[in-house]
Amino acid sequence: MVQTRRNSKEAEVIDENLKRVYQDMLDEQVPDRFLDLIAQLRAQDDGGGSEGDDTGEASA
Amino acid sequence: MSSDPRDEIVTHLPALRAFAFSLTRNFALADDMVQDTLVKAWTKINTFEQGTNMRAWLFTILRNTYYSNRRKAGREVSDAEGVFTESLSEKPAHDGRLQMNDFRRAFVQLTDEQREALILVGAQGFSYEEAAETCGVAVGTIKSRVNRARARLAELLNLDEDDRLEMTDQATMAVVSGARPSGALG
Repeated sequence: MVQTRRNSKEAEVIDENLKRVYQDMLDEQVPDRFLDLIAQLRAQDDGGGSEGDDTGEASA
Repeated sequence: MSSDPRDEIVTHLPALRAFAFSLTRNFALADDMVQDTLVKAWTKINTFEQGTNMRAWLFTILRNTYYSNRRKAGREVSDAEGVFTESLSEKPAHDGRLQMNDFRRAFVQLTDEQREALILVGAQGFSYEEAAETCGVAVGTIKSRVNRARARLAELLNLDEDDRLEMTDQATMAVVSGARPSGALG
């Protein structure tokens, strides 16, 4: 297909809105459950390790 | 000292969630998939090639999870027509651009493959090559999906009108041009 100026204008309008929608999603707060999960995964790895270095940081 | 690539994963969480949400159109499902992805990424970190695009790698894991679930379900997982548009707070449209909800309503009507291609290239800023690799398809396939997605959105949003004005102005224009010659008030 021929790339007309109108098509590129369309693409511009669409991408602009797309970016705003996406940015809205990026701005959403990441729930703690994911940070907790990463901490757990890390702890599992460390658990098998040699050093008893980890203080557990069991704050709460 | 810490060159564990897994340390970097956390920095991709917002993008991972945004990608998951644009794919599933459903927050709960999206977060379940992000969780699966995190576990898989963590345990399969040895398959990640240092120095390459980790975000793309994570997206690949996530989308493979999604499509594999969708196949198992035998149909599209989400019927989240309204969820996507309602769950995000509306921000005021500035200078007459498309209303966000109009756009979201159109966006969720695209196929999964179109949404994913468009998000990766149009919003996330991946090159066609990166998007193709993420989705495990040819570059030409990604280009074609992006083009079809844009064409479909333009159609849904009436952007293919000759004067392709912003939606909100289009409505105004219709009223104005319809009202001008009227004369005969009811």
